[in-house]
Amino acid sequence: MQSAFSLSFSQSSLTLPNRPLCSSNASPRNLRREAFGFSPSKQLTSCRFQVKSGNGAPSNKSFDYDLVIIGAGVGGHGAALHAVEKGLKTAIIEGDVVGGTCVNRGCVPSKALLAVSGRMRELQNEHHMKSFGLQVSAAGYDRQGVADHANNLATKIRNNLTNSMKALGVDILTGFGSVLGPQKVKYGKDNIITAKDIIIATGSVPFVPKGIEVDGKTVITSDHALKLESVPDWIAIVGSGYIGLEFSDVYTALGSEVTFIEALDQLMPGFDPEISKLAQRVLINPRKIDYHTGVFASKITPAKDGRPVMIELIDAKTKEPKDTLEVDAALIATGRAPFTNGLGLENINVATQRGFIPVDERMRVIDGNGKLVPNLYCIGDANGKLMLAHAASAQGISVVEQVTGRDHVLNHLTIPAACFTHPEISMVGLTEPQAREKAEKEGFKVSIAKTSFKANTKALAENEGEGLAKMIYRPDNGEILGVHIFGLHAADLIHEASNAIALGTRIQDIKLAVHAHPTLSEVVDELFKAAKVESPASTTPQSVKATV
Amino acid sequence: MSGLLNTSFLPSSTCRTRSCSSSAPHFRVNKPRVVTVRAKIREIFMPALSSTMTEGKIVSWVKSEGDKLSKGESVVVVESDKADMDVETFYDGYLAAIMVEEGGVAPVGSAIALLAETEEEIADARAKASVGGGGTSQAPPVVEDTVSSVPPPKAVSSASASASAVHPASEGGKRVVASPYAKKLAKELKVELAALVGSGPMGRIVAKDVEAAVAAAPPVQKEPSVELGSVVPFTTMQAAVSRNMAESLSVPTFRVGYTINTDALDALYKKIKSKGVTMTALLAKATALALAKHPVVNSSCRDGNSFVYNSSINIAVAVAIDGGLITPVLQNADKVDIYSLSRKWKELVDKARAKQLQPQEYNTGTFTLSNLGMFGVDRFDAILPPGTGAIMAVGASQPTVVATKDGRIGMKNQMQVNVTADHRVIYGADLAQFLQTLASIIEDPKDLTF
Repeated sequence: MQSAFSLSFSQSSLTLPNRPLCSSNASPRNLRREAFGFSPSKQLTSCRFQVKSGNGAPSNKSFDYDLVIIGAGVGGHGAALHAVEKGLKTAIIEGDVVGGTCVNRGCVPSKALLAVSGRMRELQNEHHMKSFGLQVSAAGYDRQGVADHANNLATKIRNNLTNSMKALGVDILTGFGSVLGPQKVKYGKDNIITAKDIIIATGSVPFVPKGIEVDGKTVITSDHALKLESVPDWIAIVGSGYIGLEFSDVYTALGSEVTFIEALDQLMPGFDPEISKLAQRVLINPRKIDYHTGVFASKITPAKDGRPVMIELIDAKTKEPKDTLEVDAALIATGRAPFTNGLGLENINVATQRGFIPVDERMRVIDGNGKLVPNLYCIGDANGKLMLAHAASAQGISVVEQVTGRDHVLNHLTIPAACFTHPEISMVGLTEPQAREKAEKEGFKVSIAKTSFKANTKALAENEGEGLAKMIYRPDNGEILGVHIFGLHAADLIHEASNAIALGTRIQDIKLAVHAHPTLSEVVDELFKAAKVESPASTTPQSVKATV
Repeated sequence: MSGLLNTSFLPSSTCRTRSCSSSAPHFRVNKPRVVTVRAKIREIFMPALSSTMTEGKIVSWVKSEGDKLSKGESVVVVESDKADMDVETFYDGYLAAIMVEEGGVAPVGSAIALLAETEEEIADARAKASVGGGGTSQAPPVVEDTVSSVPPPKAVSSASASASAVHPASEGGKRVVASPYAKKLAKELKVELAALVGSGPMGRIVAKDVEAAVAAAPPVQKEPSVELGSVVPFTTMQAAVSRNMAESLSVPTFRVGYTINTDALDALYKKIKSKGVTMTALLAKATALALAKHPVVNSSCRDGNSFVYNSSINIAVAVAIDGGLITPVLQNADKVDIYSLSRKWKELVDKARAKQLQPQEYNTGTFTLSNLGMFGVDRFDAILPPGTGAIMAVGASQPTVVATKDGRIGMKNQMQVNVTADHRVIYGADLAQFLQTLASIIEDPKDLTF
């Protein structure tokens, strides 16, 4: 041990003069090698911001880096930050813009636009304003101003991300990255680096089904829509999942009319059916939106020579032509395809399935023969497990934990999801049909607790009583199987439930926890209080083993 | 949630038997129903889900027509003033007929569906449902006021333009291209989309085309079937009108005309007409507010010797009904808010058409309003009804070329009003000042919507 210390001291003194405090930077790597479990993160935090150039030499001299991440999106960034905290020498490769989809073409600009649309909708709702006793003269908007808000925000966040990585000493390498072989990565034209572990975090792109011609002006994907170059009078949105739904919120608030084209028989197929029925009643029926379900858009031609965008619809099951729509614009929101071409996966005998990289529950890549590829991981949209930004960074953190000696398996059922329409929709865990199916298979009973936002004082004070929260649980042992919320600030309220599920907290133990009054969180409190559990609360904290 | 259904909030099951059904509030007109002693067709009622609920909206039907129901199963989801609740059936049977569709509203206690005990009775129940007629419609049909100062948009031009407005890409007009909002409005206002011509981009039908179609379709006045060359004696109402008109000849009257800009009023009307406000109500309200400032114009001369200053401002509005003319009265028009006034007016018109107006609803007017604008009349003068001091004749609001203050030529919507007044109590200056006040109220109408 002593010798190891002195060894590391001399090693680090080469790269970090005058920083005795930070010499311990190198020690964790040795400790890791000797499989000591304690986390030296406390020491590191203190000198984290003093490290400016490089984060120490890699422990094993034969590798350039301990960890190389291909893709500087949310997944890669989350992994990089955690890796540095754990003392790994990290590099991140980015072939386009830092921040990836989330910052530049996803979460960030879309939430900026939704903030605008939320306010616009409220100000234009004269009836709503009058009920408060307010008078608002005609509210209008400047399209460029709205687009600028989104763009500026994206730029700001992108800079923050880049700076945070630079400040920690993560090497940001510019160029398209690919895997050359085990533990060898190429980026840019011909730069080759070696790394002990590699994480692929290349993300996804909007999926455009065949037959649809995207011209970026009248037939667009979410990438174009977020730039808000124009607000069409009538836009058809192909796909009624959360992306399509959020865009319909934005466009209808800005004055467009929307037509949904959905292949399945129900709109909003991914949500709990009860929630989607209520959501349809509030988000679709009273707005200038109509829809066609059970149809595919087999052919979409952009507008030209005075002709509008033409959409040919065929029946989803029989494939017979059903109708033709003529609209001003079409937005393709039929999901996202993984971005895994040109990654050099064939060099390590990995075959993608519909573009996704196959991984196990520890994000380890599985090759063409079904064997695990050592030292290679894939996180985020590229592996297709749960295509959400926070899932990607959680997966990244899980991989770094494993790589630094602690086994970690991420339980995806504890990851909440939200749809930022007005009002918002959020969920964690199973939907009711999924819960009932599981219950039948495993032989337990399922109960539902429901509460309306109409019963919540704060919601009524805001005149936003339209909302529903529901909890699916096991009445025998108090395990929470799923929580779904539709209403004001649903995306923020869900975390109480997702925390409870992640920690395995039982309803009877959390029932008596006090919530401030009057707040919207009392909606979740109501759910817990309305649940009837047979087994009693315990005096010592117990948890239900959350199933993976 | 479902626990509440076993409480006293719901009408007890006894009311569901035949003996109680006739006493329960029915929305539709009672029709003679053949009730067999062992009625196998039961009605499913809109339940009272809370003590404050008076009507409920059907959110969705859990079961469809023809489905088998067992006691205790959810049949329909109803939205009350508090929350959505599942409503269970108390009987086994088959859901024979749905009488109020999803999105429809029905008062508590009214029938929303029929339940048949056996499959054979489903057909019977369906027949009964269709005879009974729809309980409530989804949206109140647009009130076709006989009193509106805006002339109906020319339905003629749309017919002639239909040939040229064929959508360039709609395969020779075979497909109806309408925007989502237009489709929604058409369904609500019961307008045939195929008959409309679109004014939107590339000829598509947009919301305002649907709205225009509704406004342009006032009920076609049946040409009164007059037998030429015959002598038809007066009806009672016609005799009364004749008597009153003859009586008015003994009153010394004079007339003052005024031209009023209605741009601001038209804009206001457009904004609030979705809340059920009619032009009649707006004009009545404006007149009432002006009368409040000039009480002498609201006075009358009953005995030829004194002013009778009326304590309230009751605006009587002339309505043409089949075979006659009547003047329902909007009481205290200056004090009532515009929305209640509009609602009251609708009620009065319906009653007038059904010949059910009570005397105090038509003979307590202190000032009368007569509007022939909807026929395109630009000005006329009315005959003063006995017992009142003045009557105002309102013409159509027409776009007019005017000279503006800065020496330019502009366009304004103008309407001409002409007041006939009893010179025994109302003098020229009084009347002129009243009209000046009225014009200023109409041209700056923010007070009308308090």
